[in-house]
Amino acid sequence: MKHKTFFWFFLPTALAMLIFIAAPIVSVVMQSLFTPHEAVLVETKNCGPFGCTTATTIDQEATAALRDAEPMGRFVGFDIYKDRGHLATAEVAEAWHSRDSLSGFFGDIYDLPFYRALTFTLTYTFVVTPLLIILGFVIAISVNSLHRKLKGLVIFFSLLPMIVTPLVGSLILFWMIDSRGILGNFISYLANDPDISLKASTPLMWVSLIVYGIWSSAPFAFVVFYAGLQTVPRDTIESAMIDGATRWQQTRYVVIPHLMPLVTFVALIQLMDNFRVFEPVVGFQAQAHATTLSWIIFNDLGGETRQLSAAATTSVLTILGVAILLSPVLIRTWRDFRGRA
Amino acid sequence: MYMKKLALAGAAALLGSAAFAGGHGAACPTAGKVSVVGNEFPAIQTVGAGAMSCAGGDVEVSTNLTADHQKINLAGMQGDPAEYTSAIIANSSIVALMNEDVIRPLDDLVAKHGDGLKPNQLVTINGNVMAVAFMANAQHLVYRADVLEEIGVAPPTTYEEMLAAAEMIRDKGIMQNPVGGAYAAGWNLAQEFNNMFLGYGGQHFKPATAEPSVNSPAGVEALTMMKALSEYMNPDFLTHDSNATNAEYRAGNVALMNMWGSRAATLVTAEGVPQEVVDGFAIAGPMTVGGGSIPASTLWWDGWTVAKNVSDADAEATFLAMKKAIDPSILADGDVATQAVWLIDGYEPTPAAVGVFAAANAGTIPYPMLPYMGLMHTALGNELADFMQGKESAEQALADVEAAYIAAAKEKGFLK
Repeated sequence: MKHKTFFWFFLPTALAMLIFIAAPIVSVVMQSLFTPHEAVLVETKNCGPFGCTTATTIDQEATAALRDAEPMGRFVGFDIYKDRGHLATAEVAEAWHSRDSLSGFFGDIYDLPFYRALTFTLTYTFVVTPLLIILGFVIAISVNSLHRKLKGLVIFFSLLPMIVTPLVGSLILFWMIDSRGILGNFISYLANDPDISLKASTPLMWVSLIVYGIWSSAPFAFVVFYAGLQTVPRDTIESAMIDGATRWQQTRYVVIPHLMPLVTFVALIQLMDNFRVFEPVVGFQAQAHATTLSWIIFNDLGGETRQLSAAATTSVLTILGVAILLSPVLIRTWRDFRGRA
Repeated sequence: MYMKKLALAGAAALLGSAAFAGGHGAACPTAGKVSVVGNEFPAIQTVGAGAMSCAGGDVEVSTNLTADHQKINLAGMQGDPAEYTSAIIANSSIVALMNEDVIRPLDDLVAKHGDGLKPNQLVTINGNVMAVAFMANAQHLVYRADVLEEIGVAPPTTYEEMLAAAEMIRDKGIMQNPVGGAYAAGWNLAQEFNNMFLGYGGQHFKPATAEPSVNSPAGVEALTMMKALSEYMNPDFLTHDSNATNAEYRAGNVALMNMWGSRAATLVTAEGVPQEVVDGFAIAGPMTVGGGSIPASTLWWDGWTVAKNVSDADAEATFLAMKKAIDPSILADGDVATQAVWLIDGYEPTPAAVGVFAAANAGTIPYPMLPYMGLMHTALGNELADFMQGKESAEQALADVEAAYIAAAKEKGFLK
């Protein structure tokens, strides 16, 4: 009976997950294993406003016949995974054999688009996530100790970065750090160098993106922790006070342990979100300095010729990356669960 | 090859036809669905508005004009029936639609309703009319006549002269970064490379194959020249697209730049442009480079197509509405006439068209209309920024471009 109730209760969710999560993943995996047919090219005479030329075009009839024969395209297995745009196995092996020093090897690896994007994505994820948790916690503690009448207003302003659409938020910052923008001018005034520009320097662009990431995500951590703070048992705090605990000691030994499950939750969500960072790279037009896995997918789909298989492959690799990233946290949660049961 | 030019004769015919006035008025369709997707610069806005004017009664017209049109036009035409019955495209972007076979031959519609369209407006591929071109475009020199007068030099006709003039402007303290360029990493940077590469006599592909040949002396020379120019640009140049470059010019920070004809016409009509910029605004033909005779630029046309996956009735309605949108009568509006170098019957070149006409007459090469050119353009856009930042050599950057292109071309079935 209990199982039956659960089944009917869970069925709509399960169906939705199947249709909106499992099916697209299966579709993406399939697309990453197939590529378009080999193009049948023909020489044609093309005419237009600038005269006639002989050029190459695709023979549509022959290609249509190929497509009808194999509607899925060519099966290529893991070829796309191994090509230069993705894991670049051949290029990595070549760099390993030809380079004597590790720095030379990593220099070559960093020249490959996937590893370059992965480097920034991981740096971003592992710098932004802890910092936004700390910042969110500090904001939550500070707001919680404010006078009741001030709280509403401060909470509203603290949430603004999350309310602002990410693309708009990053565009505003992008204009401010422009070499003719308010922050850009201020920095070149501080550095006493008219040519210094955040947008022209890779390290400064990375810093800008990371600062933006913390700014835009900290409110999420703040909201969660602030809600958690309302559930801290007064009794425990009062006993700690009676025992002579300072404010710092109360926070360290009572509040933080109480909020620990929430920290895990925020870390989980934010690791996942930050690994898929995308909007700031577009908003900051940062592609010359920093690319991310999501940005590669977008770029493959946005060219004049769309590369569906390449985009699908990067999507699968991103999903795998998220899974690897989350595994320690998930395993820990599972152990806690088992421990308690 | 692509060396054919809009011959002087063609230009003369364009001018000659100005005497013509009315005669074959275009009519709106009486029923059907018309849905247009396209880019959003002023001339295309005019065409979109022209199509919209046919809405009413049994005719349903909608337009979606956006800078992101290339990301949505293919997907929007692959369905059956297609969401978009017409895509406004250029000679680069028609290739993506041709590759996927989503646009229909227009021969029957041209035979039925094509009176008033000039033969050179019909874009014929393999004997079939696939698009109707309505304007020509090219990048060319835009400069500040007052600044060049102050340093006492004539408008540059080569990139070497442009560099020399930029040096003088900086030395005299007139402007810190006098050169403008749409060098934003991605599509724009790749396009500037294409210009320079063709100017040095480069060929993107080995003849009659899809094999890349950009890692060549011409490629290295092109990158070296771009790097030299970038020394005189705003340090943020890798984030500057055409809009940002124009903003720099409008603000009076730039005296020399290579800019699209379609954007040059309206450059100083924006609000708040300082008077000296308005007065000094001048345009000239595209520049050559490295002693070459072919300009370091490319010729473009913009035109409209009709989707394949729509009913014959909707295709006919679309053809009629789009033909109405480029009816010669739109040129009666003075603003419209300056928006572009129209290929429409009755167009008389305005002063704003000088640059594009000079480009056509100087034998500028049309942008290559090849099935795999889009992949090359993307690879160039992704891989050249490292060189521009001084992080790697020109040879390494070009080797990376070729490797990235080959990986993409193998995936799409253009290379084995």
